[in-house]
Amino acid sequence: MTAVTDPDRNQGIRLTPEQMRNRRLRNIAIGLSVALLAALFYAVTIVKLGPGVLRPEP
Amino acid sequence: MSLVSHEQELLVAGVDYAAGPQDYFALLKPRVMSLVVFTALAGMLVAPVPIHPVIGFASLLAIAVGAGAAGALNMWWDADIDAVMSRTRKRPVPSGLVQPREALFFGLTLSLIAVLTLAVTANLLAASLLAFTIFFYAVIYTMWLKRATPQNIVIGGAAGALPPVVGYAAATGSVTLDSLILFAIIFIWTPPHFWALALVKSGEYERAGVPMMPNVKGADHTRLEIVLYTLLLAAVALAPWPMGVGGRIYGALALVAGLAMIHLAWRVYRIREGAPANRAAMQLFGFSILYLFMLFAALVVEHGFGLIERFGL
Repeated sequence: MTAVTDPDRNQGIRLTPEQMRNRRLRNIAIGLSVALLAALFYAVTIVKLGPGVLRPEP
Repeated sequence: MSLVSHEQELLVAGVDYAAGPQDYFALLKPRVMSLVVFTALAGMLVAPVPIHPVIGFASLLAIAVGAGAAGALNMWWDADIDAVMSRTRKRPVPSGLVQPREALFFGLTLSLIAVLTLAVTANLLAASLLAFTIFFYAVIYTMWLKRATPQNIVIGGAAGALPPVVGYAAATGSVTLDSLILFAIIFIWTPPHFWALALVKSGEYERAGVPMMPNVKGADHTRLEIVLYTLLLAAVALAPWPMGVGGRIYGALALVAGLAMIHLAWRVYRIREGAPANRAAMQLFGFSILYLFMLFAALVVEHGFGLIERFGL
């Protein structure tokens, strides 16, 4: 089997290691922010509606 | 000036992917945000209705993010000014780490999230007040007043003074004289605080084309206004005591610290030449931050630990 060689494959934007690190850190920060927001809305829902909101209707 | 042309003027040939999370965090003006959180907390605790800790925490977070979003919008619009001032030229937009458009959408997105979150966690009044605060700071102050009039920080100070009103509204769903007196304190505190700095940095404001009081009306006139505002501030800051918003600890602190503020403002008025004049102005600037912190810390301690109710303090 011969390897497929694509001349354009390695062209385009190349990130430096520092840029890749910053991009990864940005993604982690966004992920943590979304998780915090979800946890916050969960906690606020429980406080406002009471724990009964989790129990199924009889 | 249209938004698009302003954006084009500000466009910096920066490097994509260069900014880390800390640069976006810097867009939120963390130091201003911490003062906003603190004053909003005081507004919340002063309220006669206790707020559930989870609701209080979520509301404070929303207020903090809203304040930060306003800061990001300010940095987007003011990048040209920030670039020529030593105090601000390392900010993420003028330094090229964050593109102006990124700062704009970052600020808009966080504004929306903060206001909607406060509407869900607290109430519509608090959310509306937060939205108004962001609008007032980003549009009325930053885009209009700052470059138009030497009264910029006087009127614009309303944005910085609103957080305790928002905090109080989050707890009670209302705006009363109790929260408005806290608004008044920060509102009257803002001019002597900023003009003390502007006296020292007037050259930079001049170069940046910002009509601060010392550049427009002169240093002597500014010194007079600093003294007048400080006298008014020291008097108004006493009001929460007889109103029952603050207890004896607050009253004693407001009296002593108010006299110290007047003393420092008077020194700024008297010492007008050279390095000693700059030193006097920077002393007033530095102490004014401590002064506001102490007043609101007293309220937080008195109400947070129930000192007034338990010990009649």
